[in-house]
Amino acid sequence: MPNPKTLFEKIWEQHLVRQAEGEPALLYIDLHLVHEVTSPQAFEGLRINGRKVRRPDLTVATVDHNVPTTAADRFDIKDLVAARQVEALRTNCAENNIRLFDIGSVEQGIVHVIGPELGLTRPGMTIVCGDSHTSTHGAFGALAFGIGTSEVEHVLATQCLLQQMPKTMRVEVSGKLPEGVTAKDLALGIIGRIGTDGGTGYVIEYAGEAIRALSMESRMTLCNMSIESGARAGMVAPDETAFRYLEGRRFAPKGAEWDAALAHWKSLATDPGAAYDRVVEIDAALLTPYVTWGTNPGMVAPITGSVPDPANATSDAESVSIRRALEYMDLRPGTQLADVAVDRVFIGSCTNARIEDLRAAARVLRGHHVHPKVRVMVVPGSQTVKAAAEQEGLDRIFKDAGAEWRESGCSMCLGMNPDTLSPGERCASTSNRNFEGRQGRGGRTHLVSPSMAAAAAVMGHFTDVRSWDYKD
Amino acid sequence: MQPLRVHKGLVAPLNRSNVDTDQIIPKQFLKRIERTGYGDFLFYDWRLCADGSPDPGFVLNSPRYKGASILVAGRNFGCGSSREHAAWALSDFGFRVVIAPSFADIFLSNCSKNGMLTVVLPEDSVAHLLQNAEAKQNYELTVDVEKATVSDAFGFAAAFPIDPFKQYCLLNGLDDIGLTLRHQDDIARFEIARPSWLSGVGGS
Repeated sequence: MPNPKTLFEKIWEQHLVRQAEGEPALLYIDLHLVHEVTSPQAFEGLRINGRKVRRPDLTVATVDHNVPTTAADRFDIKDLVAARQVEALRTNCAENNIRLFDIGSVEQGIVHVIGPELGLTRPGMTIVCGDSHTSTHGAFGALAFGIGTSEVEHVLATQCLLQQMPKTMRVEVSGKLPEGVTAKDLALGIIGRIGTDGGTGYVIEYAGEAIRALSMESRMTLCNMSIESGARAGMVAPDETAFRYLEGRRFAPKGAEWDAALAHWKSLATDPGAAYDRVVEIDAALLTPYVTWGTNPGMVAPITGSVPDPANATSDAESVSIRRALEYMDLRPGTQLADVAVDRVFIGSCTNARIEDLRAAARVLRGHHVHPKVRVMVVPGSQTVKAAAEQEGLDRIFKDAGAEWRESGCSMCLGMNPDTLSPGERCASTSNRNFEGRQGRGGRTHLVSPSMAAAAAVMGHFTDVRSWDYKD
Repeated sequence: MQPLRVHKGLVAPLNRSNVDTDQIIPKQFLKRIERTGYGDFLFYDWRLCADGSPDPGFVLNSPRYKGASILVAGRNFGCGSSREHAAWALSDFGFRVVIAPSFADIFLSNCSKNGMLTVVLPEDSVAHLLQNAEAKQNYELTVDVEKATVSDAFGFAAAFPIDPFKQYCLLNGLDDIGLTLRHQDDIARFEIARPSWLSGVGGS
């Protein structure tokens, strides 16, 4: 094939509005997702400069970060600063004619969960949001990335974004993921391998047999974590799995429009022979369930492993980082990860709060009971996920096991709402970041998959879910 | 946006790698809807003890770094969340320049939109600057945006890579929305050619 192109290059070129020498590319944005935290200053900037939202019809908003996850508090946010921020989004959306999935909407949820489930997210699109986990939408073969508030304002005003062309990385995952090893483990395994800045400056395309076999939910989990390796975006070529997921969804094209869109989507996959700036090969068969032990997602080890010794680090800087992380996490070198006890379990977030994640956690919990010393919160990614889970009876399994079944939102992934860890509490979390204080000042976060989190909830400590006693 | 041409200032050393934006400004301060006033919350959990008293062990609490406007840090500075509040907090605290071996992409972009310069220097140069800032009292650096150089009074001088467009915006204090709006005709032409199945999804 003459001039073979990658999936990324095709989408980039199809969205170039302008490319001038010595200037960044001006890219058109097909979908701008907005939430309450990173948008108020952008709307204010428009007001100050007398500018308008160029395409309210390509802009969709929801509230997720500040939203309380108990039915009682949902409509009465006690934190007045948070309440004012939510109110600001309502006003900004009303004044600018932007569709808002507000608290109380049956479609409200985490922005990266509702985009795909409403059929807003589609292959070949450029999608941005003032949120680093926008990389999630790349699962559909879209170019999706997080932006700052100034860029949110830029997109609101122009529907375009100035961007330097990133480099491309292909992560080729051969073979099949072993039983009990999930997309979350794959993501953690990749970050452990390339590091928290291994993806900086790149857009990653995930490819290979193991990726093709993943469901859309799993691809979203994988692409979601791309930013944790520093990558601008993560992508998977759209295929039948993606098309089947999309067909019939609320905003997906219908009839002749669907046929035209489908023909375009089928032309997007990377051409044979296209070149990448970097290629990383992963053998899926060698992956295990992982648990992070430190204060960034690259500080990770197999569940069969132990907490590392800073004395064995490859550099002084790494040794200092490990020592500091272990001090914060209150862990001693050599401790088996399976011996680390937890106080809290959080099943939720844009990484792992879709229906497949809740099914995996429920399957582990069925017929078991949460350890008496552990408090478990299950927070569905959207009200749609919540309703689907209740339809399947997953809520009963969670409640029977002693877990809290809550309303949707970002919740304890970052603790902007009342869901936080207390100082010193240790949490098995299905979220995406184990930074110091992320889930609450002094809180200690270990990132794991939903099934690993559920198993830790029952045992009171981390355990290898590959040998779980399922009561199916 | 305030132009940045040549800046000379006191250097504060933050000898840590992978400083994430959750550390630069914790989440509880993201609920505000204002664009300014974040300086007091910079590195909140590192600067202040749990009881609210300043932690004397944290570098920015040391009197000798009071008034510092250049921060030198370890690799992958600004990783994690896209919160522009991180750039606002650094700026409100008084920093105009951050020097590190590498930065996270979104943080880089957020800084440039706020007239803050990010300088990438090799690991050994950064180690040298960290050492100087720790060893020498009132250690200052001069950063020249036009020449793209960093230098001190003791013979250190280094060039750094800078994107010409970013350099142009910093030197002139330009708002890039205004620049893009000059190309409204290009945008309108592009919009006409978009396929109909990409048409509106929103609008209330």
